[in-house]
Amino acid sequence: MRTKSRMVALLGAAALILSTASWAQLTQVDLQTRMGVESHIGNIAGHAKDGAADYRRYCVGCHGTLGDGNGENAPYMQPPIFQQPRDFQLGVFKCRSTPTGTLPTDQDLYDAITRGFDRSNMPQWSTFTKQQRADLVAWVKHFSPRWTNEKPGTPIQIPPEPEVTPERIKAGREVFARVQCWKCHGVQGMANGPSAATLADDLGRPIQPFNFTDGTRPKCGDTDQDIYRIFMTGLDGTPMPSFADNIKPDEAWDLVFYLRTFMSQKSKEKEMAKTLNLKPVDPNAPAGQQ
Amino acid sequence: MRKHFNFAAVVSVVALVCCGALILGQKVNAAGEGKITGTVKLDGAAPHMKGIDMSKDPYCSKAHESSPAHLESVVAGANGGLENVVLYIADWSGPAQASTAVPVFDQKNCMYTPHVLAMDVGQTFKVTTSDQTTHNIHPLPNPMTGNIPWNQSQPPGAAPVEKSWKAPEVIPVKCNIHPWMNGWYVVVKGPYATTDGNGNYTIENVPPGNYTVTAWQETYGTQTAKVTVAAGAPAKADFTFKAK
Repeated sequence: MRTKSRMVALLGAAALILSTASWAQLTQVDLQTRMGVESHIGNIAGHAKDGAADYRRYCVGCHGTLGDGNGENAPYMQPPIFQQPRDFQLGVFKCRSTPTGTLPTDQDLYDAITRGFDRSNMPQWSTFTKQQRADLVAWVKHFSPRWTNEKPGTPIQIPPEPEVTPERIKAGREVFARVQCWKCHGVQGMANGPSAATLADDLGRPIQPFNFTDGTRPKCGDTDQDIYRIFMTGLDGTPMPSFADNIKPDEAWDLVFYLRTFMSQKSKEKEMAKTLNLKPVDPNAPAGQQ
Repeated sequence: MRKHFNFAAVVSVVALVCCGALILGQKVNAAGEGKITGTVKLDGAAPHMKGIDMSKDPYCSKAHESSPAHLESVVAGANGGLENVVLYIADWSGPAQASTAVPVFDQKNCMYTPHVLAMDVGQTFKVTTSDQTTHNIHPLPNPMTGNIPWNQSQPPGAAPVEKSWKAPEVIPVKCNIHPWMNGWYVVVKGPYATTDGNGNYTIENVPPGNYTVTAWQETYGTQTAKVTVAAGAPAKADFTFKAK
């Protein structure tokens, strides 16, 4: 009797060892193919295998060993105030210079790591060397099969920034009314539009539109070029769509200037808006009659 | 004068013959291909479809002033026929259908028309808007399948968006601005059909052979049936979903 149970236990242990061994083998094969992933930031080449150690030390707590955003700290980030860590396995990213539905460039990921995300638990990693950040970009890419099957999209063209004029700010107000940014962002950019309360991200978690007036910075950067890029490419994975097909490049600059008038930071646009005495757009006005 | 008359007669005869040959040629083709037809029914009383409160957007609620909008997760006709059921051949091994048809998915009165759009892998489809309010068209495929989610705005008067999908998948579509708006892209491999208001369907252009037909309904899931298609004789496959 005793020998029999011992036999069973032995067999079970053998089966367990075999199965874990084959599992390890499988993942290793997979890893080996993906470990070769590279990134290119200017003339710096990043290598996934060199990013692994920094990832384990600095990133794993939130983004998880598998890169699926299920690190041990993730449950403490409660939407909509804090968005949960990105799931790198899906390969869907908010901050891109590329059109909606395409992979971001290596530079986009590098900039996101450098910049961090305002109003989130993701800090700036600008203290890392450029090489470290480039290696981390490669490591982030190794989590998703998309990087082996697809190429990043072609970055959108941003024409040189024109001079701010009162006419441009007024024209930007027309664009804001025409494409109905206020549906989510509100007529004064206070994130209180009629659709704001029900927004959810791609995984069904509640999410808030950007509030232009509370002094925080947009997640994907706060230069004029960044703001231009945000509404033209959209933020994939969130309710923010791409407006590239519906706002012409020149109009896009007008809109950037108008959005600046909402923001609490000092700006030329804000000064001009004061003298213009602009009213918020009227949601009920007929098309083209703001 | 007479010569002219003769010339005209010859030209018209040639034209007629050409047309006839074209039509006949098509018929010959159609005879070589079989088809699968049938009806999809609902067994039992259709569940109550909740009304939709569109007061958030006055344009939308105004469009439905006389005919209130309802959810569309189960749409049954008077005879119990189920609408918006997609039928396709799960074990399709034939060539990709080189269909040049471009199905249209319209945003009308803050609803999707049709509610369910079936299409082939790689087939181009068009998203249009008939509304005077901004929509964002946001399909949510699983990126692991090879279909990549995208999200585009369509303000009033926007040009159509043309896209296609890489892999078979049932993809939910939503508009974040109007949270009640939801639809489906059912991407399949090979020939497909969608049931009409009476639950009837016909899958055209199926070469003779043995197939498994799958019926997909967004609330009740899928059912399958085995059919044999012979040249010229349509195979029949009826389905019944139990009301829940």
